[in-house]
Amino acid sequence: MTLVSSRNEITATAGCCLSSAAGDLATARAGSDSARPAESLSDFVTVDGDGVCRIGLYTDGVHCSGCIAAIEGALGRLPDMLEARLNLTSRRLRLAWRGDAERVNLFAGTVRSLGYAVMPVDDDAADQPGSREERQLLAALAIAGFAAANVMLLSVSVWSGHVSGMGEGTRTLFHWLSALIALPAIAWSGRPFFRSAWRALAKRRLNMDVPIALAVVLASMMSVAQTAMAAEHAYFDAAITLLFFLLVGRYLDQRMRSRARSAAARLAGLAPRRATRISDDGRLTETRVEDLTAGMRIQIMPGDRLPVDGRIEAGTSSLDASLLTGESLPRTVRPGDTVHAGTVNLDGLLTVRVLAVGNATLLADIARMTEAAEGRKTEYIRLADRLAQWYAPVVHIVSAAAFLGWLLVGGGWVWSLTVAITALIITCPCALGLAVPATQTVAVGRLLARGVVVKAADGLERLAEIDTVVFDKTGTLTEGRPVLLDPENHDSRDLALAAALARHSRHPFSRALVAAGDPGELIIRDVREEAGAGLEGLLDGQPVRLGSARWCGVGEQLPETGTDSLVWLRRGDQPAIAFRFEDRLRDDAISAVTGLRQAGLALYLLSGDQPGPVTEAAGRLGITNAQAGLSPGDKLRIIETLRADGCRVLMVGDGLNDAPALAAGHASAALGDAADISRMASDVVLQGNRLRDLVELVVVARAAKRIAFQNFAMALLYNLVAVPVAVLGFATPLVAAVAMSSSSLLVTLNALRLRLVARRIG
Amino acid sequence: MDVIVWLIPVALFLGLAGLAGFFWAVRSGQFDDPEGAANRILLDDDRL
Repeated sequence: MTLVSSRNEITATAGCCLSSAAGDLATARAGSDSARPAESLSDFVTVDGDGVCRIGLYTDGVHCSGCIAAIEGALGRLPDMLEARLNLTSRRLRLAWRGDAERVNLFAGTVRSLGYAVMPVDDDAADQPGSREERQLLAALAIAGFAAANVMLLSVSVWSGHVSGMGEGTRTLFHWLSALIALPAIAWSGRPFFRSAWRALAKRRLNMDVPIALAVVLASMMSVAQTAMAAEHAYFDAAITLLFFLLVGRYLDQRMRSRARSAAARLAGLAPRRATRISDDGRLTETRVEDLTAGMRIQIMPGDRLPVDGRIEAGTSSLDASLLTGESLPRTVRPGDTVHAGTVNLDGLLTVRVLAVGNATLLADIARMTEAAEGRKTEYIRLADRLAQWYAPVVHIVSAAAFLGWLLVGGGWVWSLTVAITALIITCPCALGLAVPATQTVAVGRLLARGVVVKAADGLERLAEIDTVVFDKTGTLTEGRPVLLDPENHDSRDLALAAALARHSRHPFSRALVAAGDPGELIIRDVREEAGAGLEGLLDGQPVRLGSARWCGVGEQLPETGTDSLVWLRRGDQPAIAFRFEDRLRDDAISAVTGLRQAGLALYLLSGDQPGPVTEAAGRLGITNAQAGLSPGDKLRIIETLRADGCRVLMVGDGLNDAPALAAGHASAALGDAADISRMASDVVLQGNRLRDLVELVVVARAAKRIAFQNFAMALLYNLVAVPVAVLGFATPLVAAVAMSSSSLLVTLNALRLRLVARRIG
Repeated sequence: MDVIVWLIPVALFLGLAGLAGFFWAVRSGQFDDPEGAANRILLDDDRL
């Protein structure tokens, strides 16, 4: 009994936690539904030898224990379900079951009905390499931490021994013990640095890891020599502590990147994989898209995405080309018209003669343009690396000069080497190795919690430099689908009638009507859809029509302003009623644009849509630089012209037509429901589809850069004081290690300050 | 001072035991989903 009641409570909490998210999820889902018709997930299922099917699904909108209980509870109860586990950190739902692979669509439907969006992910490709590297670093960090703590324990005994009179034998024993712990640990945990330093040296270059590796290796070797001579000082503690601190920074950096990668790793695979081929004798066969060749005939059902470029042989329909061209309204196509891969067939059955497949399609052209733009982009050099280019040589020269100088004035080789090592350890680039990753981890983690995924490792640094923002219109600033204007001005009975009829169609206008009106108990019989014209059905024996003016027999034309569209409803012989639709601006578009302008950024609007809607949207947002009717190539050219003029452009877009421009921008952001190629091409993905997040993104990026510079300044100041002291021989490696650690703590604390900045905006 | 002959190995052993424990925790996936683990303790149903 208790079990049952507790489960009910859980479901209740799930319900309440869902309701907060339900609003935006519902809209998000409606949006993605219109862009992506139902496509089978079963292609993503892997089946192993025992007949066990597995799939990984990215689940959007999960955030609490109620979500876990709701999803795992609903799926785990199903028969033959072996595993249903939701990872809240990576938002992956892992499913394993016996039986038919097709059942995955059922499971996905169940999760969707709970109010979450699901997308298939390719687990092997996206997740594994990152996590293996991460695990290695974590192991190195653990071993370095263990060794540092134990060596430090021994060292503290030795230091107090200097005062209390520890015998030489005990001291040497402790030194040997330190060596026993530290040397294997250094050899193992230092590998990331040694490898990187070696790679740089092999290319005859210097990077930050060269002085690090050199300091650690020299300090260890020298300590072994000192210990063998039963000398008073050994520096194992300094070497291993240095490694430990640097590994913390390295690990944070790695974890941040792999987390962002896993969050962004939704598969590029929602493109159709199968097509229905019509043989010469009229038979229909299922074929893989790769097996299609030019000249074949295929059948496209309503709701399917076109897999190829082709010409229509039979049938009329409306095609949604918004992802490809940026046009917000569907286009009516008839036999003889050319159609492109990536567009969605909305209402009619089409027979298409294949003209081009795979690499020859317009879709592939856009992909190539995107790749070319990415290739042309000059490799951005990260802040830390730019500093390393002059910092590393200076460090080496200073240490070498100290060594030679002391040798010349007769300091002896042991003393000269000690001074050189001290200088190397003191100048250790902790601000670069530790503080920058710490800053970025805080910033990226904060953004991730808001649903903003920073994919590129140097994305934040580039974002901090932008001075111009270029927007796409359809689907980016606007919702990307029409919405009924002034629903309150319509009679609710008219709306209900229109909605009841519209239920039978997947045309964007129909969906908008269904969203606006409640059909209630109304049932319309014998509904048929005339592609490119409208719907007709029977209500109580009376014909009802919904569609274009001609379809409803409306003679006079109401003025269309160019930004909106009219759909008519006629019942029997009664006068027709007009519904007005518009692709509305997103709710937060105006506040986002205002916020970005206040941040001192210049704004542009580049759209592939008709001039009317573009001018209207630009006017409402107060963007003066707006251009309409642009092809993907035009957008790319404008971005490159802007770059040539010295502007650092942030491109924000969603469609396939934006992908080349996204790749060309100094930085780029795509919306969460954007085309796959656009998400791939951009540095940042706004998974919540909130434009307002752009403002926070820019503010956090700038704050992160400011704090990184403060850290460099602090480190530099500290070096200016400490290096002369070290070079003149007033600091032993022990003092150097202590000073180095304290400066590391200082810059890390400063980096954590970013959390406060982020909280202020949030 | 003879006691250190015992104490040092004991201290090292304890440290190594901790290290081994950490590796075991990482390997058995206890750090794969820290957020989920934090939330799962709120669920009463053991089956989940």
